This record gives sequence, C-alpha cells and structure tokens, in this order.
Amino acid sequence: MPNLKFTNDHECLHVDGDVAWVGITKYAQEALGDLVFVELPDVGKQVSKGDELAVVESVKTAAEVYSPVDGEVVEANSDMEGDLDLMSKDVGDGGWIAKIKMSDAAQLEGLMDEAAYAEYLKTVD
Amino acid sequence: MNLKTALHELHLELGAKMGPFAGYDMPLYYDLGVMKEHLWVRESCGLFDVSHMGQVMIKGAGARELLERLTPSPYKKLGIDRTKYTVLTNEQGGIIDDLMVTKTGEDSFHLVINAGCKDKDIAWIKEHLSDDLEFIYFDDWALLALQGPKAEVALKNALGIDTSDMPYMAMIPAQFEGKDIYVSRLGYTGEDGFEIAVQNDSAANMARKLLAEEAVKPIGLAARDSLRLEMGYCLYGHDIDAETSPIEADLGWVTSKNNEGFIGADVVLKHKSEGTPKKRVGVRLTGKGVAREGAEIRNEADEIVGTLTSGGHSPSLGQSIGQGYVPADMAAPGTKIFVNVRGRNIAAEVAHMPFMPAQTKSMKKKEEAA
Repeated sequence: MPNLKFTNDHECLHVDGDVAWVGITKYAQEALGDLVFVELPDVGKQVSKGDELAVVESVKTAAEVYSPVDGEVVEANSDMEGDLDLMSKDVGDGGWIAKIKMSDAAQLEGLMDEAAYAEYLKTVD
Repeated sequence: MNLKTALHELHLELGAKMGPFAGYDMPLYYDLGVMKEHLWVRESCGLFDVSHMGQVMIKGAGARELLERLTPSPYKKLGIDRTKYTVLTNEQGGIIDDLMVTKTGEDSFHLVINAGCKDKDIAWIKEHLSDDLEFIYFDDWALLALQGPKAEVALKNALGIDTSDMPYMAMIPAQFEGKDIYVSRLGYTGEDGFEIAVQNDSAANMARKLLAEEAVKPIGLAARDSLRLEMGYCLYGHDIDAETSPIEADLGWVTSKNNEGFIGADVVLKHKSEGTPKKRVGVRLTGKGVAREGAEIRNEADEIVGTLTSGGHSPSLGQSIGQGYVPADMAAPGTKIFVNVRGRNIAAEVAHMPFMPAQTKSMKKKEEAA
C-alpha cells in the first residue's frame, strides 16, 4: 500500500522513508488543461514548506507547485521536461516532479490521506 | 452580471467552460481542450461565437468622408462589398479600436468593432456624426466565425451557400430560414474562413446546422487567442491601445497617401515619416519556458527594454511566442533578447510575424501563382 499524502493545493506526495516524491493530482492536471512546460527545481535546493518548488505551465496558465514539507531537493525529474505526459502517471511511478529529503517528517501528519483528499475535492469547485 | 449571446444555451449544452470576457459570459473552451481545438482549426474547421463583437452601420451622404475622418484608410476606391481592416484614431494618434469596415454601398458602411470597445466606439462615432447620417447598432444580431481549411465546404454543405468564387475580405448577402444574413470571408485565425452575421433568433439553429458537419467543432476564446497570436494579429487593450499609434503598432499599412485628413493624422503621419522610438514586434522564445503578457523584455546587457503585450504557447509551433514593444533599433527579426519570467531570463529573439504563413484565400492564390 503506497503511502500517499495530499495538500489543499493539490500536490500529491509519495512517501518513501524520509524522502517525499512530489507531484500534482489528477484534479490539478485537469484544471490546468494541456501542459506545455515544467520548470524544475535545482538539485540541492533547500526548501521550506510553502516555498515554490516548481512551476507547471499549461496552454492556459502557469501554476506554482509548492513544497509540502521542509527539506532538500535531492532529485528533479528531468525526464518530465521532454515528456509532460509523465505528469499524469502515479506520483510513485514516473509522475513525480521532484524528490525532497525531509528534515521534519512530522509535517506529513498535517496532510490529507487519499480518503480525506477525496472528501476535500467534494468541497472545492 | 455578464451579458449572454444568443448561443449561450448552446455553449452550456456543449459542455463549454465559460468565463467572463468584455462583459459577456463566453465559452473559453469545450471538451477537446485548448490545444486540440487550436489544431482542429488549423486542419479542419472550427465554429466560434463572436457575437459579443459590435456590428454597426453608418449610412447616408457623407458616410465615406466621416470614415476617412475616423480612420486612416481611404474608401473611395474600395469596391462595394469589400472589407478593410483599419483603426479608429484619437486626437493624439492613438488607437481607439481596431475594426473591420465593409463598404456595402457608395454611402453605407458596415463596421465590426471589439466587444470591450463598443460603448466608447459608438459614443465616439456619434460625437462625429452629422445630422444627415444614419447610425444603426445591430444589437440583436449574432456573429458566428467559421474558420479553417474546410470552412468553404462546410458552409456549402450545411447552409447551401456557395463561396467558391468569393474573394478574401469581401461580404455577400445570403438567406437563412427566409431571413437575410451576411457572409464575410475573413477572420482572426489566419485560415480561410467566414464570419456570418445572423439575427439572434436564428443564430442557434445556424450554429447547430454547422456543427452537424463532421468537419466542424465548436472552439472557444482561448484557442481563438492562440490562433491569432500565431498570426501576429493584435488584441485590442493588450497589443494596441489609446496610447499606441498605428505606426508604433506596425500597422502603418492601414494608412494611405489617399487619406491624410483623419483625426490624429499630424501625429501618425509624423511617426510614419520620422519613425517611432518603439515598435511592436514578434517574440519567439529560443530557451525553454512560456512567457506571457506583462513579462519584461531585456537586452543582452540585462536592461529592461520593453514588455510583452501578449504571449503564450503556440500549439502549431510547439514553442512559446508573443508580441511586445521594443526600441526601434532592436526591432529587426533575429535580434537577441531575453524575456524575464519569474525572475529568470529566458533566451528569445525578435521574430517575423506572422509566425507561420497565413492560409487565407488571398495567400493561397499568391502561393499558387508563385
């Protein structure tokens, strides 16, 4: 059973030990429409919860992806730059944008699990 | 509360994502999504609701002279039922609006003006209207745009209107459900296509007939914007406004030696003969990323030299394009520039517009002749 967590801003995390693989949810992708570009973070970048981690550009708009946790970017999915269809895969299966080595795993407790996120989606447009 | 066009119900029925535009609740895109809608228009045919645009008529002795005051274009030699793209200028030589003018008779002209400019345009025209002239605002008429390489065939199949002999930038009267309609061969996409003026109460029926053609799909305003951007066409309020002259906007071709008496001519003609400090240009990103309206344009010394007035991803070219104003000495195609997006400089260059060749009927004729 994958350990998935979700944010109010529609980031999705696949938690693997102390590393969080961060992507965006199907809901976010549908809202964005056709994707055209992803701006990845530099490996080694220190991020705090709420910092801009990446930017996903669609035909319609640009959307920031925020870091859901504090930590260090240990990997960015450069395959995604050439193949934005990867975004639609599960976050643990190619759909991740960046991997963050968490400095405070307790922050995960404030995030939603899959069932809570499904309930949350009913409350947003 | 946003206004609704005569096709509003149809848009909802078709599952359009609606959004506000120029005071109207308009379809932004449908099921296909922006990218596929854009490409569909380039390869087949799209139907757009552009009923938010204003349709007006000026009639009577002196109508031509009035238009030659209001716009820099001459109309004496323009053929009957032929159309011209031009601009309304203010006293300072700025652009009040860009518009299509069709000469429907020696003393009658049909104008299509931008939705967001309707009120000020109408006020401006009326301010200059003499008592001998009649001004008609067709506020109960819709306007449908049918655009794409299959538009001519679709129009014939769906409505029985044969346009095979019709030139680009012309209007013909026709009939639908026993009522007069007006079919113009022109558009905002760079494809062959038509804009059809039809009374509101017949508009939805006409749209349904056109959409029943396999080649025709409904297209929203978002793809309309990316299509026009690839052609380098101006969007009023963004690429041109009351502060920009037609010369700065690189629309000098709307001016003519045969009309030098228009409002703002002193400024515009001076710009034309002496040049202007800044000029509207196309911008093509050579680095990765997407640059949108408002992005700073910088030179190689990283100094801010201008701003993007439009920008986005080009579905046909697979890269980011835009337009903006740069100093005249940087306006040559190929000039290396940067656009700054979220604090990062992305490599770009000044580009020739249109970004890809137009496929309008006149352009195809030129290709065939060549």
